[in-house]
Parts: sequence; structure tokens; C-alpha cells
Amino acid sequence: MVKDNFAWIKKNLPEGIKFKDEKLAKDRYSKIQLDPGEAIGVVTAQSIGEPGTQMTMRSFHFTGVAELNVTLGLPRIIEILDARKLPSTPTMHIYLNTPHSKDKNKADKIAQKIKQTVLEEVTKEFTMDLANGEVNVLLDKDELKRKSINLNDVYEQLSLQVKGADITKKTASISVKLKDNDIKKVYKLKEKLRDSFISGISGITDVLAYKSDNGEFIIQTFGSNLKNISEIKEVDFSRTRTNNFYEIEAVLGIEAVRAAVLREVMHILSHEGMAIDERHISLVSDMMTRDGGIKGITRHGITKEKESVLARAAFEIPLDHLVEASVRGEQDNLVSVVENVMINQPVPIGTGLPELFVKMDGAKPKASKAKKKETKK
Amino acid sequence: MKQVISKQVESIKFGLLSPTMIKKLGKVNVVTPEIYDSDGYPVEKGLMDPEMGVLDPGMGVKKWKLGAGNFGYINLSKPVIHILYRTHIYNFLRSTCSSCGRISLTEAKIQNYKDKLDLAANIDSKEVKKVIRNMIKAASTVKACPHCNTPREKTVFKKPQTFFEGKDERLWPTNIREHLEKIPDDDVKVFGVDPAFARPEWMVLTTLLVPPIRVRPSITLETGERSEDDLTHKLSDVVRVNQRLLENINAGAPEIIVEDLWDLLQYHITTYFNNSIAQVPPARHRTQRQLKTLAQRLKGKTGIFRANLAGKRVNFCARSVISPDAHIDINEVGVPETIAKELTIGERVTEWNIDWLKSLIKNFEGYPGANYIITNEGRRKKITEESIESILEEVTFGYQVERNIINGDIVLFNRQPSLHRMSMMGHRVKVVPGKTLRINPAVCLPYNADFDGDEMNMHVPQTEEARAEVETLLLLQNQIVTPRYGLSIIGAIEDSVLGLYYLTKDRYFTRREASELLLAVGIDDVLPKPTKAGKEELWHGAQVFSMLLPKDLNFKKKGKVFKNGKVEKGEVVIQKGQLKQGSLIDSSFIGPEGGVLIHKLFIDYGADEAATFLNRAIHLGIAVARKVGLTMSFNDFDIDASDKTKIQKILDESQVDADNLIKQLKSKNIEPLPGKTVKETFEAKMQHVLSIARTKLNKVIEAKIDESTHLINSARAGAGDKILNIVLMSGFVGQTDLRGERINFGFKDRTIAHFNKGDLGPRAHGFVRNGYADGLDAVEVFFTSITGRDNFMDTAMRTPKSGYMQRRLVNAMQDLKVAYDGTVRDSSRKIIQFAFGGDNVDVSKSDKGRILNE
Repeated sequence: MVKDNFAWIKKNLPEGIKFKDEKLAKDRYSKIQLDPGEAIGVVTAQSIGEPGTQMTMRSFHFTGVAELNVTLGLPRIIEILDARKLPSTPTMHIYLNTPHSKDKNKADKIAQKIKQTVLEEVTKEFTMDLANGEVNVLLDKDELKRKSINLNDVYEQLSLQVKGADITKKTASISVKLKDNDIKKVYKLKEKLRDSFISGISGITDVLAYKSDNGEFIIQTFGSNLKNISEIKEVDFSRTRTNNFYEIEAVLGIEAVRAAVLREVMHILSHEGMAIDERHISLVSDMMTRDGGIKGITRHGITKEKESVLARAAFEIPLDHLVEASVRGEQDNLVSVVENVMINQPVPIGTGLPELFVKMDGAKPKASKAKKKETKK
Repeated sequence: MKQVISKQVESIKFGLLSPTMIKKLGKVNVVTPEIYDSDGYPVEKGLMDPEMGVLDPGMGVKKWKLGAGNFGYINLSKPVIHILYRTHIYNFLRSTCSSCGRISLTEAKIQNYKDKLDLAANIDSKEVKKVIRNMIKAASTVKACPHCNTPREKTVFKKPQTFFEGKDERLWPTNIREHLEKIPDDDVKVFGVDPAFARPEWMVLTTLLVPPIRVRPSITLETGERSEDDLTHKLSDVVRVNQRLLENINAGAPEIIVEDLWDLLQYHITTYFNNSIAQVPPARHRTQRQLKTLAQRLKGKTGIFRANLAGKRVNFCARSVISPDAHIDINEVGVPETIAKELTIGERVTEWNIDWLKSLIKNFEGYPGANYIITNEGRRKKITEESIESILEEVTFGYQVERNIINGDIVLFNRQPSLHRMSMMGHRVKVVPGKTLRINPAVCLPYNADFDGDEMNMHVPQTEEARAEVETLLLLQNQIVTPRYGLSIIGAIEDSVLGLYYLTKDRYFTRREASELLLAVGIDDVLPKPTKAGKEELWHGAQVFSMLLPKDLNFKKKGKVFKNGKVEKGEVVIQKGQLKQGSLIDSSFIGPEGGVLIHKLFIDYGADEAATFLNRAIHLGIAVARKVGLTMSFNDFDIDASDKTKIQKILDESQVDADNLIKQLKSKNIEPLPGKTVKETFEAKMQHVLSIARTKLNKVIEAKIDESTHLINSARAGAGDKILNIVLMSGFVGQTDLRGERINFGFKDRTIAHFNKGDLGPRAHGFVRNGYADGLDAVEVFFTSITGRDNFMDTAMRTPKSGYMQRRLVNAMQDLKVAYDGTVRDSSRKIIQFAFGGDNVDVSKSDKGRILNE
């Protein structure tokens, strides 16, 4: 195994990199291999959990002068491990193609194009006509011009989004009239109109183009929409990233999520100045994505998938698990750690893994089989 | 001899108990609600029937042969719904026909769902649930049974536990049971229920199993009164109501009375299983306390699962306050004699140790002695004044003597919270006077221990196997390198670091002094050639230090050197086991969290060699420190008048800068930074201005530092102090930092009432102009206390959060192991990674995660 591994590594060394001393490397490499039976899961869990007490709790953190605030530290790690549907601060780093990435103005322009505009931003006034069940939207012409949106765009977007109402456009305003008038509904309609999406990319509520260390302009956003961003031609999609794993799963697939979890966790840890070996994080991210979907380290995620009834019961909500198990007639084969602890047997891990059968004096090997049958009865 | 283990639990099967099974299990039919008779003896066929076990351990009753106690049972006069299975019952009722018992779908459709179920079983449990849910949904909306054409009404489930057919026809458990009985096994399977272990009608109880007494022991109060367990209370309620119901039925009581009692019986049995069901008022004790019934016993941190099954209590352990002792080895633990006298190891008597063991038995009252012997039959005998004679005569080969632990025995030492594997390490016993457990301060870091009252636990492994395991895997020196990032986390701290720093920093010793130092470490080799020969031979400290190193060690690393009377950055060189004169040893070489020299030795020479070196280094450092005599005085913080004026000037300058900034803000001359408002920009600039003051201060103080004080040297050596602390003491503290900002709240428009409204100046927002040596004024103390409190709260809230995160992580991953083929697999042998981290490297054997870091 070691030999194969080393041969593989040797074959796949990055270009230009050679062994200084191949024999030494091979020697050392074979020496530092993990032993079979090593409880690597526990080691990993402890390696991530133990420094948790030293991490900061500050949700918001300045990541430099020009960057937006993003959740970092322990809350973010917990968020990732929970596999929440939406991160508390969804954000993207959008890289641009060459002409745009070098010029601040061009980058800014794209940033503005990406940023979503809602109706409220381009409206001077909303007036409600309660008698007729109508809301009049007086548009702000200057603002429209500045954002290079014309009245028609607004009209089209609204007619796509607002259902059950007649929309008519006038010279500088748009009126939305409810088909069935109801005072309460008019008010609701107005609130709905305020947040109606007009242009840009939906979900991206704030943008900021900043200069990276190598002089390239990168757009950081608040809010994330990987799919729509991918369709913009000025964007260098291969480097663009988001912290919303479910979007990554939908657009790029689970392998990308695996890499993204690893990258994101490592990024947070390095930001905290916390030294944890990448191998540990990779095991966690493999664990979270192993069956093709994203599973959190929670009672609804990974723990629920455990085969053993008692292992599940030992973690949280024991009753439900026992009830379900009894109905299904489940069998616990005592293959994992907790159940064996429960019944005072060696655990099948580490030094408890090797099995040793000794033929005792006078005992016939058949005897044990007979016993097995007895217990099955 | 110990018994050979021939039986082992292979698996545990879960299922429901059928009424016949309950009757078979239960040896007593409990019928009387009375528990004791007038004499205080348990009533036969009552809840304390001796057939179910004795009241108190040791209280023998001749009539019955007593083991652990048997189960009993209660024959219920009317069937009752098992509350935990109410949703299952509902699912059966609503999707099967009450007259023929078939699922209300056509044969073809049922077959279709069966096929889907088989497919889903190969995917995961979620998929199976989905199929079942769809099936129930489809079957429960059918108007007439497709098998027998009986029209059916919708079954309504009213929480917590009643069922209706249509709107208002109540389905009593008798009807429900009849219905459930009709469902054929094949159809039951479509619900994901295995009829061999859980027939649906078993979810409606006709008999109730009564657990043996040891499950619900009663306690005797001081007054002699008996106090029953909550379960017994609940069961007696059940028995009482059950009897009343039976009497009423037999007497032909009106339906309404029978039904009321029936519901009451249902209530008692429901709360017997789970006393915290929504919409069911919890059953209470006389004292209004909620009863702890079966479900409550299992749940939560103090429930059976987490408190008794997943974690158990042990014997052969000790716990005491810890205190430091730099004179013991790092892999030793100082054990007080009182503890050593109490803890024992079972030692088998052989031809070679019988005399020694007998001498220990003779000394049973003193130390080292023995406390018990175990005979060949496995009987344990205490060694006392009376028994000693016979025991000494009796002891032969094969006996076990439980002797006191002695120097060199292996124990496990632990400090909670046990956050990583280094929280529990193997140490060797060193018996010491006093009452506290001693550890070498070098192992504080892995345990995260200090000596402000911390207590630690010690466990004595009892079998040869356990001792071997501790010795090969858990022994402290094998844990020097952390698996978290592959650097050493055990290393010298405090005095010993400073001692070694002084040793290597231009210090010469006479033959006598050098020999003394080395003897303190336990080295009696011949001294090398002296650095300075002549009338008085002198040895450089580096030569003394080199005596600890292996003779073939070559090592180079950036560090500090002592050159031309000054400490400079440079390369620390060890060549052929000789430390170059002038190379300084500080905490980055022998300290915790990445002591490179220790790590180098660990990799190249092994754990034992590294531990030996570290032990010697620590003891040598202490010896030097004692020779040098480390002291500190208030003078160390004094700065002369010229520097005082310089510092004053810094403060004045920063005040001017700050004032200018405020002026700019007022005249609206501040250009906002991208992504920030004007006010935020102002704040950022202000923070910058004030941090400049601190930078300037650092320069002034560092330029004036008196390199001869122990204080500075300890900071330079990394022995505990930091230059920053000295700056804060002799200079000024500067801006207090609250979540990356100045303090910007309090009263309206100002932080505290000592300032004018709208004051944006440094002092009004937490800038501290004094140093700790001079003392802070009241306002400054207040501001620093704000940040102090905030940090404290942060820690207090973080600890449980990260604790829960770790519990979840461990729980999710505890079954992962490296299989024999090198892959990482879980308990059901599924592969998670083909090689851990891609290369199967053990981080704790690696060099900072790499093969070699050179």
C-alpha cells in the first residue's frame, strides 16, 4: 500500500518539482503512515473541536479596509458543519477577465451591473388609491438613467412578478391595479412592489470592487447567485467563488462542494491564525459530501444515516429512534463504538480491532458454532 | 484463573413485545394496588411482590429463589393505546380497510409500492420513508375498499391519543385492535413494519409489563418511612384504575362510567411511558414535582443513555488538586502517599516475586504495602490485623496480591474537559509527600492546566493488556507531537526556558560549576576541552548545553544569536552535537507549541530520546536559573525623565492629530472610504491615528530597554513575559479595543457623564494615557473594564457552543478508522477516503504535516 502510494505520488509530482533525496523521502514516507485501526475520525473531530474554544465569536469582522463584513470565526465554522441552506452572510468573490480586471472603472461598471435593483430604489413615491385598489409608482427618472434602466424594463419585470393585477405604464409612472379590490391587499401589494426585482442579478444586494494583492480588481458581493453570475461574459467564472454550498452543488456538482468546504474552512482557520492540518478538514468535507448530497454534522444529517440504532439513540432524541427501530424490527450488529461501550465489550477500533481466536485445550472448534445456533433460537 | 470469555453479544434485535410474550416474561400477575401490608412486608401479587426481587440488597426471603428479580405483568381490563406508537396506529387505521384489513389500494398498486420500496431500500432510509408516506397518502383518501367494496370513512386522529371514524364516532382501543388484527402480514410490510417483530395490534396494549424492583428501587428515609420510585407510583395508579375498571364492568356499570375509567387508565399508561407528551397534563407527585417516567429516564445528558451507558463510573482512580514540580520528569506524576496507599495493582504471585509480595503483605499498614489478596478461586480477602497470619500462610503461586502503586507504575492522568487525546496521557508514578498531585509545568499546555486550584484525575490500569496499551500508545513522550498540526506541544516554560537562555548567552563556568550543573541533570560524563584554558579553566554555557545533545545531531534554524555583546537575529547552529557558541536557546527551540529542537529529536531519535533531552534541559534550566537567581523589581519599569517627556510628546502629538481629524469631520472634509460612510471613515482614521501613538511608544520603550533585567530577558527568551506587557506597564495603555472599534455607546451622545455631549476625542472613547506602573485614572479603569467584561462574556458564551460542536463532530466521526487496506472506512465498512488526507500520513508522525520540513 505504502509502496503504491509513494509510486503514485512520484508519478504525479507537479512539473518542475523533483525529489532532493528520493530514498530519504520514501523512507520517511513509509515511516509516517497511519497504522491500521487508527481512530482517525476521533482524532480529526478533536483536532477541529479543541481549538474551537480559542476561536473568536465575533460574527462580523473587518477583513481589511475595503472589504465588506462577513461572518467568520466559530459561528461560521458551525454554520458550515451544520450545512445550513443559507449562510448568514452569503457572499461571492467575482473574478473578472483581463481588460476588466485591470481597470477600476470597468470593474466598477460590472459591479453596478451585477448589483440588483429593486423598485424602491428607482421610485420617488408610492401612492395608494384605496378606493380603486390601485398603487401608483412614480419613478425617479434620474435614478433610472444613472442605472441605465428604462421604463419598459420596469414594466416588463413587474408584469412577470406581479400576479392578479393589471399593470399599465404611463409617462413617468406605472400603476398597478388589483383585480379584486381589498384594502388589506392594497397595502400588501405596495410592500411587495417595494421589493420587486427590477434589474441586475437577483440576490446580490451589495457590491464592492477592490484591488487584490496582485493588482487585480475583484468584485466582492453581499448575496450570492452563482448561476446567474456564470452567465455574465466579463466574469472569469473559473476563479469566481461563493460561500453558498447549495448553489455550488446545483451549478457545479458535489465534488466542487467538497473542495469548497475544505477551502472555506481552511480560510477561516488561517484567518483566526489557527493551525489545523488540512487532512483533518478534508476528512470532514468528505464525510459531509460522501453520498452525493450535502449532509450536516447534525442529528438530521450524518448521525441519522448511521446504521446502528443504539449509536443514534445515544446522540440525541433517543426515544424516536428506539420506537422506529422496534417497529421495523431493526437489528444492531454492534459494529460501531458506542454500542460496544454500552454493553462493556471492546470497541472494534484501534487496539480493539484485531480479532484473535485461540483454540483452547480440549475445546472443539465445532462447539462455538453450536452455541451460535443456540443463541439464534 | 480468570474465566475464558466464550460468549459475546453479537447483535441486539429491536421489536415489540406481544401479549403472549409479556405473559411469558412476567412471573407475577399484579392485581393489588396495595404495596405493603400492615407489618411493612410486601403484598403478594402487589407491585413489590418478592418474585420481582427483594426490597433491599441482602434481604433474603427463604421462600423464593432470588436472582435479579423477574418481570411482572398487569392484565388490562380494557385495551389501551401505546402512546409512543400512536402515529403508526394512525397510519394503519387510515390506510387500511376496517372490514377486510387490506390496504385500500388495488392489488396492482400495492405491488407497485412494494417494488418501489425494494428499490428505495438500496438508496437510503429517507427514500424509504418517502415511498411509505406517498403510499399512506394515496390509500387514506380512498372512498371504498377496492378489495371488499366496503365504503369507508376518513379516520380522524385527535391529539394526543383518540381516534374517530368520520367526524364523531369514537374508535375505542377495542375497535382499533380488532381492525389492526385483520391486516395481513404482507400488507404490514408495505408500511415498513416487520410483522415478525411488530404486529400492528401489539401497539394496542392488552397486558402491561411491570419491570422488576431493581429497576424502580424504593428508598428508606431516615424516619424509617419508605419512599417509592416514580415508576412504582405510576404503576400503582395503573393497577388501581385497572381494578376499578374491572369491578365496574363486572357490576354492569353505565357505559359512561366505564368509558371515563377507560380514559383514565389510558392517561395513566400514557404518562407511565412518557410524562412529557404535548396536550397530556404531566402526572405529578404529591409535592407537585413532575414524575420521571420511562421516557424521561432515557432522555438527555442525565438520561440512561448518556449518563450510564455511553459513560461509566470506574474504580481505581484518584482525584486531587494539582501543583507544579519542575524537579520530576515530564512523564512522571507526583502521587501523594495517601493516594498511593489506597490505589492498588493486582500482581500475580510467581516463584520470582513471592518473597517481595509477602513483604508487602506484611507491611499492609504502611507504605508500600498490600490491601487485598485474591485467591485462586477468585475470592477477595482484605488484609487486616486478624487475617494477616492466615493470609501469609495461604498465599501461593497463582494468587493475586493487590499491592499499592509504587514508583515506576504506569497510570493514566487526565484533566477535564478532555478535548483532545493529549488530555489523557500515561505517566509513571513518583510517590511524593503532601496531598496534591504534582506535574512538571512542561505538560501544562496539552492538559490546558494551571495551578489556581485545578484538579486532575488519575486512573490505574488493572490488566497487563491495559498497561501495555498505556505504555506503548498513551505514554507522555509518545504524545509530544500533536496530531492537529504536527508540531510538538510539550516543552519547557517559565524559569527553565530563561535558565537555558542565560546558559547559552555568554556565560562561563568553572569546572566546579559546570560539573554541578550537569550533575543536577544526571550527567556524569567527562567535560570537553574548556573554552578558556589557562590558570582557571572556563567552560562556555553552550558546551554545557551540548552535553545534553546526541553526538551526531546536525541542526540549523533561524533564531537569535549573541554577538558583540548584543542579541541579534541570526542562525542557531548545532554541529555534531555541539551548540555553536553565541547561538541562543529560547522557547522557539525547547518551548511548547512548536519547539523545533524537541521536534527534531523526536523525529530523528524517537520519543524516548526527545523526552530524555527535554527532562534534562528543564532540569538544567532550573539549575541555571537557581544559580543566577531570578528576581524582578519595580525599578524594572522605571523610565528616565527624558523618555517621560518623549512619551508625553507622543501623547500630545496624537491629541493634535485627533483634534485635526475632528475638525475635518466637522467641516465635512473627510472623503469616505469605499464601502463606508463618512462617520465610519472618521472612526477608522481615528483608530489609525491612535494606533500610531502606540507604535511610537513601542519604539521609545524598546530603545530604552535595560537588557540586563530578568524581566526583559524573560521576554526575549519567550519564558513568559512579553515586551508588550512592559510597554503597557511603563508606557501607556493606549486605545481600548471593543470588537475592533472604539467605545461608542453609553449615554446619549457620549460615553460617560464626564465628557461633553458629542465629544469625539480620544479620551472620551476609551484612550488610556497612563501605564499600569503609574496607574490608571477612574475613567480609564472604567473603559478598560468594559472591554474586560466583554471578553469575559464572549468566552462564557463560546465555551458551550464549541463544546456542542465538538460533541457533534465526535459523534459523527467516532466510528471512522483506517482499515487494513489503508482506506478510511466507517462502521458499515463504507469508504470515506481512499487514503486519509490523500496520502495516509499520520500528522502526529509528520513534520508539520509534511514528510520533512527542511
